[in-house]
Amino acid sequence: MFSSFMTNAWLVGTVVALLAGATGFFVVLRGSSFAAHAIPNGAFAGAAGATLVGVTPLFGLIAFAVAAGLGIGASRHHRSDVVTAMALVSMLAMGAAFLSLSAAYEPQVEALLFGEILGVASSSIAPVILISLACALALAYMYRPLLLDAAAPELARARGLNPAALEVGFMMTLALGSALTVPVVGALLSFSLTVGPPAAARLVTRRPGSALAASMVLSVATLWASIAASYQTNLPIGFFVGSLSALVYVIARVLTRRRVRTA
Amino acid sequence: MHWLIEPGLWSNDAVRTGVSVGAVVAVVSAVVGLFTVMRAQSFAGHALADVATAGGAGAGALGVAPLAGFVVGSVLGASAMEAIGVERVRQRDVATGVVLGGATGLSALFLYLITLNSSSTGSTQSILFGSLFLVSRTTFYVIAVISALVGLALAWLGRPLLFMSLSPDAARARGVAVRRVALAYTLLMAITVGLSAIVIGSVLSTALLIGPPAAALRLGRSMSATFSAAAALGVGAVAVGVVVSYDSYYWWASHRALPVSFCVVAVVVVELVAINLAQRVRDRSSSTRRA
Amino acid sequence: MNQIDAVTTGPVPGSTIVDVRGVDVELTGRRILTDVNFQVLKGEFTGLIGSNGAGKTTLLRMMLGLIEPTRGEVVWPSDARDQRRVGYVPQRVALDVDVPLRVRDFVALGDDGHRFGLHRRTRETWRRVEEMLDAVEASDLAERRIGALSGGELQRVLMAHALVSRPELLLLDEPLANLDPGATDDIVALLARVRERQHVAILLSAHDINSLLGVMHRVIYIANAHVASGPTDEVVRPEVLSKLYGHHVDVVRVHGRVLVVTGDATTGTVAAHPDLVVE
Repeated sequence: MFSSFMTNAWLVGTVVALLAGATGFFVVLRGSSFAAHAIPNGAFAGAAGATLVGVTPLFGLIAFAVAAGLGIGASRHHRSDVVTAMALVSMLAMGAAFLSLSAAYEPQVEALLFGEILGVASSSIAPVILISLACALALAYMYRPLLLDAAAPELARARGLNPAALEVGFMMTLALGSALTVPVVGALLSFSLTVGPPAAARLVTRRPGSALAASMVLSVATLWASIAASYQTNLPIGFFVGSLSALVYVIARVLTRRRVRTA
Repeated sequence: MHWLIEPGLWSNDAVRTGVSVGAVVAVVSAVVGLFTVMRAQSFAGHALADVATAGGAGAGALGVAPLAGFVVGSVLGASAMEAIGVERVRQRDVATGVVLGGATGLSALFLYLITLNSSSTGSTQSILFGSLFLVSRTTFYVIAVISALVGLALAWLGRPLLFMSLSPDAARARGVAVRRVALAYTLLMAITVGLSAIVIGSVLSTALLIGPPAAALRLGRSMSATFSAAAALGVGAVAVGVVVSYDSYYWWASHRALPVSFCVVAVVVVELVAINLAQRVRDRSSSTRRA
Repeated sequence: MNQIDAVTTGPVPGSTIVDVRGVDVELTGRRILTDVNFQVLKGEFTGLIGSNGAGKTTLLRMMLGLIEPTRGEVVWPSDARDQRRVGYVPQRVALDVDVPLRVRDFVALGDDGHRFGLHRRTRETWRRVEEMLDAVEASDLAERRIGALSGGELQRVLMAHALVSRPELLLLDEPLANLDPGATDDIVALLARVRERQHVAILLSAHDINSLLGVMHRVIYIANAHVASGPTDEVVRPEVLSKLYGHHVDVVRVHGRVLVVTGDATTGTVAAHPDLVVE
């Protein structure tokens, strides 16, 4: 499992999962689960388009993900759920069209959608690490304003923060992070790491710092287990990521059931 | 009309059945989806589509008819979401996302098993993006009957559902069983999504569920006019989408057609953008007239 | 009605925190406020009185800089509108039950939540957090999850959040709405104590003048898109209020309560409700 051709998967997977856990803390905080799901689908279209045109997939991934993020971020108040849904669906349809036009092989499609642990190219390691660092710095920079905006938007505005700018800034970070996870975990599953483990983390601790750390730890643990399981069983990694993320959340819900929910 | 409709379009049996099925599904999706948009439940609608994928893929792996798999899958998903689901919007979104992730993971598994066991290629494509032209006459009748039943159920639930969508507390005070109606509606949504999955695929059925109703709402007419407009826009999208998809086969030398799903979604997006722009122009001109 | 003790320290004359001059506010084509003029001085307790829909929230939001006046200006002589100098307590904050923030974390955000970057919080900051929680009598809530508080608890936490940056002026939007009379008196008394001990001016909006009579230095009375401001005794008078409303208004004192009685000119009916300013 730890032979040389798996190194890329472990290395990139760990970096990406750490970022996903950190980003996911804010995704769940801000209620952006739908956007977190929609953006990687944009990345899917980008990768498909890139293959059609003959460009490096990473460019396509990032370009389309960022475009999706901007579109969704800009629509914060006008029926944002409809905009997110239509953006998601349009991107998927475009991806389908690109794939159909370039006559991609079925395994290629499956890898793009559900992940392929052996599909991580060595050439992408450096860009992934650099972009992840940039995203991490952006999150640190926005940490407190995002907390305040999530807890009480009217107070954030009264303090001079611009909620629209925050939303766009956060969506960009989310988009970049999502684009990075797509090659490893697949477009349809990459959001699982930003929702399941962070949602579990915030149930079990009430300190923001601890919740953030726990998100990252749970996210990485989920990915490691998924890589290992996928390697052993030959089943697609996306299956394990989706199921284990859900399992982590369910366990956290069950463990904290005693907390009274006020309506 | 030769440049618009390629020869053989209407004489093609598969196309005729496909358009008929598409139209029926578009109407049901539009009517059910109008409530989805009003209740801001687009995420749930989409999640059900993804759960339907798992159902369809599971059915494929088991060798059962895909339609059954789609519908059963999404109904199970709806039940799971209601079971985990809570009143607060944000917690509901998290629960939805988690269920969606789990279901998509299952899809990955089932699709993989399918490719292992069968030599047929393209099952991933058809489950995710639709197999409109492969629908049989029997399937069409089944879909038509189920759609009619969904329509009747919605007509029965319609007024209380509308009332509680606008004001849950007022509805509760008047004796509406809000929780039960919400559950019933989610199940109707699940069945609708399962049906439309056949047309343009589970992953894209959201487009027919959300797009035409959202555009119709933007027109700002009476409730009944909005229902009609949504249905018309949905049917129009399917009809034009099918025609364009069929025609595109002849556009390039490579004879690779644009998928039906892409064409239908493209038309839905055009409808949305056009109506939004038209309304914006109308709003602006009426406000300058007032000033 | 409980007679709240008279204020022991009054406003410091000649020290204006904010000066509102000739302000009009229009929203979506409707004139909400016309020719508003008043000042808030250091250490004052001011009540912004008006019935629902009169424009109280609009006025507060304009003072916070969230709405631009269509005419006139809002002047802050000592630049108090720099975020740290005005604290704001909104009427409602919708909180997610599971948000991973303790009360003390949330109050700390009152100091640095608007600042980008990750500056380490000093011991001094945390000490101030505790001090403010103590000032609003919410020390026992410090470790609770912010989403798990009752309405009254949350209100006090919001006050602590607004106070932690040591503002000169505390703005509260309808803090007394939906409270029963006992709780109303408690909050008003608490605010009076906060005013005195933290040396902060208080401006709160309400639709009933009576709960504030014992503590207010000054009243800003909104009716009919116009405003009359000044010491309570000078403003709550028939001739002043009649001018404000545009038709005859009586001021009646019954059992220590003030009733503003407005007549319906066409039908000649008079409506008086003990605890409400009635239109």
